[in-house]
Amino acid sequence: MTGNLLSLTIWLPILAGVVVLATGGDDKAPAARWLALIGALLGFAVSIPLYTGFDTYNGGMQFTEFKPWIATFNINYALGVDGLSVWFVILNSFTTLMVVLAGWQVIEKRVAQYMAAFLIMSGLINGAFAAQDAILFYVFFEAMLIPMYLIIGIWGGPNRVYASIKFFLYTLLGSLLTLVAFIYLYGQTQGSFAIADFARVPLTMTAQTLLLIAFFFAFAVKVPMWPVHTWLPDAHVEAPTGGSMVLAAITLKLGAYGFLRFALPILPDACREYAWVFVLFSLIAVVYIGMVALVQTDMKKLVAYSSISHMGFVTLGFFMFAGGTQLNQFAVEGAIVQMISHGFVSAAMFFCIGVMYDRVHSRKIADYGGVVNKMPIFAAFMMLFAMANSGLPATSGFVGEFFVVLGAIQVNFWFAFFAATTLVFGAAYTLWMYKRVIFGDVANHHVAELKDVNKRELLILVVLAVTVLGMGLYPKMFTDLMHQSVNDLIWHVSQSKLPTPQLPQ
Amino acid sequence: MTWTSLNAWAAAPEIFLLVAVSVILLIDLFITDAKRHFTYLLTLVALAVTACLLVNSLAQPSQLAFSGMFVADPIAGVAKIGMVLGVALVLIYGRTYAESRGIYKGELFSLTLFALLGMMVMSSSLNFVTLYVGLELLSLSLYALVGLRRDNVHATEAAMKYFILGALASGMLLYGMSMVYGGTHSLDLLIIAQRIMSGEVNHLLVIFGLVFIVTGIGFKLGAVPFHMWVPDVYEGAPTPIAQLIGSAPKIAAFAFVIRILAQGLEAYVQDWRYMLVLMAVLSLAVGNLSAIAQTNIKRMFAYSTISHMGFLLLGILVGTPVGYAAAFFYAVTYMLTTAAGFGVVMLLSREGFEADRIEDFKGLNQRSPWFALMMLFVMFSMAGIPVFIGFFAKLAVLEAVVNMGLTWLAIYGVLMSVIGAFYYLRVVKVMYFDDAEDKSPLVAGIDTRVVLSLNCLLLILIGLAPDRLLYVISAAVAHSLLPA
Repeated sequence: MTGNLLSLTIWLPILAGVVVLATGGDDKAPAARWLALIGALLGFAVSIPLYTGFDTYNGGMQFTEFKPWIATFNINYALGVDGLSVWFVILNSFTTLMVVLAGWQVIEKRVAQYMAAFLIMSGLINGAFAAQDAILFYVFFEAMLIPMYLIIGIWGGPNRVYASIKFFLYTLLGSLLTLVAFIYLYGQTQGSFAIADFARVPLTMTAQTLLLIAFFFAFAVKVPMWPVHTWLPDAHVEAPTGGSMVLAAITLKLGAYGFLRFALPILPDACREYAWVFVLFSLIAVVYIGMVALVQTDMKKLVAYSSISHMGFVTLGFFMFAGGTQLNQFAVEGAIVQMISHGFVSAAMFFCIGVMYDRVHSRKIADYGGVVNKMPIFAAFMMLFAMANSGLPATSGFVGEFFVVLGAIQVNFWFAFFAATTLVFGAAYTLWMYKRVIFGDVANHHVAELKDVNKRELLILVVLAVTVLGMGLYPKMFTDLMHQSVNDLIWHVSQSKLPTPQLPQ
Repeated sequence: MTWTSLNAWAAAPEIFLLVAVSVILLIDLFITDAKRHFTYLLTLVALAVTACLLVNSLAQPSQLAFSGMFVADPIAGVAKIGMVLGVALVLIYGRTYAESRGIYKGELFSLTLFALLGMMVMSSSLNFVTLYVGLELLSLSLYALVGLRRDNVHATEAAMKYFILGALASGMLLYGMSMVYGGTHSLDLLIIAQRIMSGEVNHLLVIFGLVFIVTGIGFKLGAVPFHMWVPDVYEGAPTPIAQLIGSAPKIAAFAFVIRILAQGLEAYVQDWRYMLVLMAVLSLAVGNLSAIAQTNIKRMFAYSTISHMGFLLLGILVGTPVGYAAAFFYAVTYMLTTAAGFGVVMLLSREGFEADRIEDFKGLNQRSPWFALMMLFVMFSMAGIPVFIGFFAKLAVLEAVVNMGLTWLAIYGVLMSVIGAFYYLRVVKVMYFDDAEDKSPLVAGIDTRVVLSLNCLLLILIGLAPDRLLYVISAAVAHSLLPA
């Protein structure tokens, strides 16, 4: 059973997606919904043993699987998770479940295709997190663009075509450069696409720098880092609620994960050398994008910008080299925790906006006001998530940010200073939005007609609230799993990979 | 010439096909239009038998025939199987279309088979004369096929253009071949290679000839700057013929290039490599950029073919068996993909309606979710998105190019494919994001539907397990090019 656990987390949702797709037209929509729910539940269920069976003292790959796939190029179906990736497989399976529930009644046209797209995407994303072969990773990484493209384009808002094509091309450009980088590394390792071999092979500084540029394009676009973030607000605003949830909760994490899995271990010297670039871009994301979020009039856009700002924190944490050599453990772990936490919180925020949008069909802040009078339960939950988004202690949002700031201050006071402004900006834009939307008098007749959340919505809100609070109160559950792997990574990155110079005889 | 040097058994598939075409041509004379399905079935049977003979020949070692003018080696074997498949797909997808356009005649079948015969001869030739004969048999059949609807202005115009430019290209090729002959005193490619190695040739003359030969190849492949005929011919020709031109002959052209450049003039690899680099770079740019502006899907396919030929050239110009194998794989997978693409276009068309504008695909997902999904496979495969085979074809080519040290070319190639992705995505957008205006049901025979579905599913199934095909193709190239 445990031998194929990761394969199950990948192929079970995909298979379920194909089955759901086969139910066909909208006359069989209820069947499609239930099948999708069963598929998502099973997908989540098989991801649980990854947590319970995880050996926290082992920093290496666990639950590994290995089968030759394309012998001509020595490409293998190699899977495995370590402390850096295990949470994301679980988080992804969890989010898919939430998305299926969130779209239960809201999606009325082409239900089967909608549910199938999310299930298939869930499997592909799990594959990308579990892949231990660069080409396998690439296949999953890029194949997931297809369902996302369709999700934004079919079920999205008025400007969906522009947003979906922009999303696709932006990400494709980055990932194709990475493909060339992988092929180059394949040549350097004498014919291996295994990520572990990439991490071992010595590389000159020039090669590392060029490869870092290629990786930057792929992963920074996905994170997204400033200045290649412009696709995200468009994609988020136009995507349906489920699409935004997955996009924010999971696919952005893949970009950051790419830095962890590829850039840092494979190119440690270049990463050290150019860490300042990443730090600079991250701080710009935190401060500048935080200000941009402040002036948004569209709720989804505001949360989208807040995502960029929060992800800036993550990339900041990854590149905190103390004394220019060694990564700071607090910063790295904090960044990973921040990734997971942001997965819950941003999914929750987008879901809350979706709940209101389904009733009023507007995302404009100005169209709301006084929602609390009509939807008190909803308002209470949203309060919690808004607080988590601004990093209130005892919520998950606080833990990651605190760790990263703690790590940053050991490296450089000013890094920490600018990073900490997010606590101010985050609180400002989130709570100000919350105030304008939820509090005050009932603004118009749309708001006056609002009904509070139904049981299905309540269920999602409760589950998300429990995770957000749970993670805030007991983050050890999460950090325990990643501790050993992070230590290994830090040690690995501290070793130079430059080829030893040949002394003249 | 003795019987042993004749060794005609090595050419059994070609000989069988020739006999079969002649028989079909004769039988068809006695068949009325209403019973034309009989010719159709006979043709498919002939193709099936040819394919069986070819599969049988794959198991045997390489052998020369007709005093070294003809070779039956694994490259030729695999290429021919691909071509037979490509031609069969043309006939199956084109049946309904041809019936409703009044071109469902005996000529359609005999000319198509003659074209196939030409391609097969081309890919088995080791001599300039047989190469040229095969090429002309292919080209003349295609000229006639393009003009099959002789009362259609577009078709006749396309046929004329194709003929004139094709004849010009053939002239170039012949001129180049005559110079190589002058420089080496032989028409036999293996002898030419030997003489070049031993240095008893006039290098200047051979290189001069090489330039003309590469020009001729450029014309036949449709590579920039010799691509002008491609869009007009694709647009003007009846859709099945456009499919024919776009699919199987690309494999033949690949074999043709391998015979001349890799087997005959391999010693000049440094000279022809940069000619091909230039053509590849231009093809990728012009093909992809022009495709964006197209509103007609056949023209879009034409420009996309040009860009794909650029990728194919990238594989060839590496000049190693790995590169050739990558290009071969590219040609075969491209044949499968493009056949499926045209298949869907024909599926949507009906009497008096061509379905050749991109907007004719509007809302296909509402009209037929299944075939919309199939077209989605085709488009993403062409764009090179995993897990479709188009991705692995690109991967193989890029791998060869990067290992050659031409990383900049690989980066250029992938940047161009991002541009390419845009217009493929647009087709998907039209199918999935727009609402259908035309709600009429699809008319197509069960044979077309089943084969087309299988064809499209192959794009993803081979993508999930590409190793088998990759292995067969690399082994074929290795066995044919490296002396045993």
